[in-house]
Amino acid sequence: MSKTLTIAASSVLFLSTAAYAQDQCAAGKTLTDGKFTIATGNPAYYPWVIDDAPEKGEGFEAAVAFAVAEEMGFAADDVVWVRSSFDEAIQPGAKEFDVNMQQYSITPERDQVVDFSAPYYTAPMAVLVSPNATETAPTLEALKGLQWGAVGSTTAVPKLASIIQPDSDPLLYGDNADVNAAMSANQIDAALFDLPTALFLSAVMIEGSKVIGQFPADESDNPDQFGMLMEDGNPLKTCVDEALATLAENGKLAEIEAKWLQDTTGVPLIK
Amino acid sequence: MPKLELQGVIKRFGDRTVCDGINLTVDEGQMVCLIGASGSGKSTLLRCINLLEPIEDGAIFLDGEDISIPGLNPQSVRARIGIVFQSFNLFPHMTALENVMLAPRRVRGLFRAELQPEVEALFARFGLADRMHNYPDQLSGGQQQRVAIVRALAMQPEVMLFDEITSALDPQLVGEVLDVLLMLKKQGMTMVMATHEMGFAREAADKICFLDSGRIIEEGPPEAVFDHPSHQTTQAFLARALK
Amino acid sequence: MTRRERYEAHQRRRSLVIATISTVTVVAAIYFLVPLAPGWTKVQQSFFNGETLVKTFPKLLEAFRINVMIFAWSAPAIAVLGLLIALARDAKSPALFPLRIFGAAFTDVFRGVPVILTVYLIGFGIPGLGLPRPWNSPYIWGSLALILTYSAYVAEIFRSGIDSVHHSQRAAALSLGLSERQVMRDVVLPQAIRNVVPSQMNMLIALQKDVSLLSFIGPVEIFRQAGVFKSLLANFTPYVGAAIIFLIVTIPATRYADHLMARQMRERR
Repeated sequence: MSKTLTIAASSVLFLSTAAYAQDQCAAGKTLTDGKFTIATGNPAYYPWVIDDAPEKGEGFEAAVAFAVAEEMGFAADDVVWVRSSFDEAIQPGAKEFDVNMQQYSITPERDQVVDFSAPYYTAPMAVLVSPNATETAPTLEALKGLQWGAVGSTTAVPKLASIIQPDSDPLLYGDNADVNAAMSANQIDAALFDLPTALFLSAVMIEGSKVIGQFPADESDNPDQFGMLMEDGNPLKTCVDEALATLAENGKLAEIEAKWLQDTTGVPLIK
Repeated sequence: MPKLELQGVIKRFGDRTVCDGINLTVDEGQMVCLIGASGSGKSTLLRCINLLEPIEDGAIFLDGEDISIPGLNPQSVRARIGIVFQSFNLFPHMTALENVMLAPRRVRGLFRAELQPEVEALFARFGLADRMHNYPDQLSGGQQQRVAIVRALAMQPEVMLFDEITSALDPQLVGEVLDVLLMLKKQGMTMVMATHEMGFAREAADKICFLDSGRIIEEGPPEAVFDHPSHQTTQAFLARALK
Repeated sequence: MTRRERYEAHQRRRSLVIATISTVTVVAAIYFLVPLAPGWTKVQQSFFNGETLVKTFPKLLEAFRINVMIFAWSAPAIAVLGLLIALARDAKSPALFPLRIFGAAFTDVFRGVPVILTVYLIGFGIPGLGLPRPWNSPYIWGSLALILTYSAYVAEIFRSGIDSVHHSQRAAALSLGLSERQVMRDVVLPQAIRNVVPSQMNMLIALQKDVSLLSFIGPVEIFRQAGVFKSLLANFTPYVGAAIIFLIVTIPATRYADHLMARQMRERR
């Protein structure tokens, strides 16, 4: 049903030939003809994908994925989900997916090895503190003195070093669950995540923890923008970018964000 | 009172009886030689006297004191009875000097410095003065066996047991070790030795015991046993051994 | 030169020539053929990127100091605990029976569980019980996980070493009036330990590598540091850099262990 809606919407924007043009764009450029293969993490985390079941289209990234697919002329049935690790995504050689979506921040270094779509989300960085440190003031000065943790493969690591510059060396982990374990063991006071992830961890995973502040994305000189990752030189990039541009223009992207990502305005800015 | 006395000593390994009621008296300063075929129980008997093997039945007396009571701490007895083995069994990670000093330091509680003169004198007496700081693998078989004897003597034992101590030596080295035994005899050491050196046994022993299947079937002064063996088995053994 | 010596010299020259030719051929084949593979430029870019290597190497080296540090305090603890476990398992007195059971259970459990699981369970689990800082540090509990696991292996090697000392050595020592304890300490253990030095060297090398497992519970040692670079630069070259640093340490150590092993074989013959 939503497909007819999208086609209807596109028709309004691009006149009746537009939908046909989208179909043309992706034709013959996907891994399997007529199918659009999207990779996500294993497991995929809330609120990006709900219940680790991306095929249901619930959760921010799952919803964006289906919207982009539709925009490119694929029926929901033609979307194939696969799982991949970060390493698989960046290793040289042919990829098992057309696009890979798991909160990949776009950086110039990564862009040399793989291709990124236009950004589909701009993520503020947020500070999640353990139950013992909820009284910490949201100021850089107060944050310096905490014992920090982060997921080692994320852009939170360089952000920590450049913005917060903590007094003691941060501890780094393999994934969110391990950061969670370290916080439960009181081995770290605070961890740096993108805001939606931080809010999710605080609300669901770590009892008593709190998101005490965020670094506004537009204020940092190098904002964290999530893009879909593709094999370097993938001809599909222009199609994906066009689809995202359309979704941004017609307000669909903002709609999805409003639906799946918690309202983030309540989190104070860090001074 | 004999220095060492064995009464009806029985030793079994599983259902194999190795010593089958052995009676033996050794007087102070005597040298007793145990002879007999391999497997006749000579070595096991010596190990029993030193309490390295517990005996099943019978009793062993040292100076009239029963040392074979089950449960008795064997350490103090072993310190009084030295034993030297066929295969030397020197500790390969220690020099000759350290080999000799280990037990006196640990058991007699002496310091190296206190021991040094006494031990050096022992080395000198047995012609090993220049070998004190060698490791066992740097010594000849004869030298190693002499160090082993010195090691046992350093505990100032009252009785010495020798278990075929020349059997593993090259023939030309046997003499130097046997000479040591003669020296000890001259000093009045009480000794029991298992040996295949019939010539030496005949010359040096005060008493010969012939063992067969765990029993002493013939004993007496060397001339009696060697020249007029009364038992047929002894005769057969000697005929083979002296050929 | 005798006829035999002439023959052997000729054979040696021949072997040398053949070995040289075959080595050169193999190296040349790798050198020239691998770059012909269609994906080579990408592989080279991803794994053997000189620029990335130069950029990340100093920080990798710095992170390696953490590995060295953890290794330095774990290794002696492993030696001591391993020896104690080995002795506990060989304890003969009935009063020490619980100790024997404990020793056996200890070696079974810690040899049976993958190191990484032990690191996780102890590294996160015990601090989770509510220990105050700094006593809940992942360095402490992660090291303990390594110490427990490696002690189990090291204990078994020590036991095999104790068994390798001929029983006549014990008999000789006992016959001098030494107590069981003195026999173990002065006669059996020194020989046992010497006999197993090469095997224990191999355990040290394995430990040096497994220190990296502590990265899973927080410490930013070389493996994690390389992972951070990999993520930031989307390039695997930092791992190659880390491997190089490991090899610089482990190759000489491995050679040395092999040398000790070979010498021991010669001595036993």
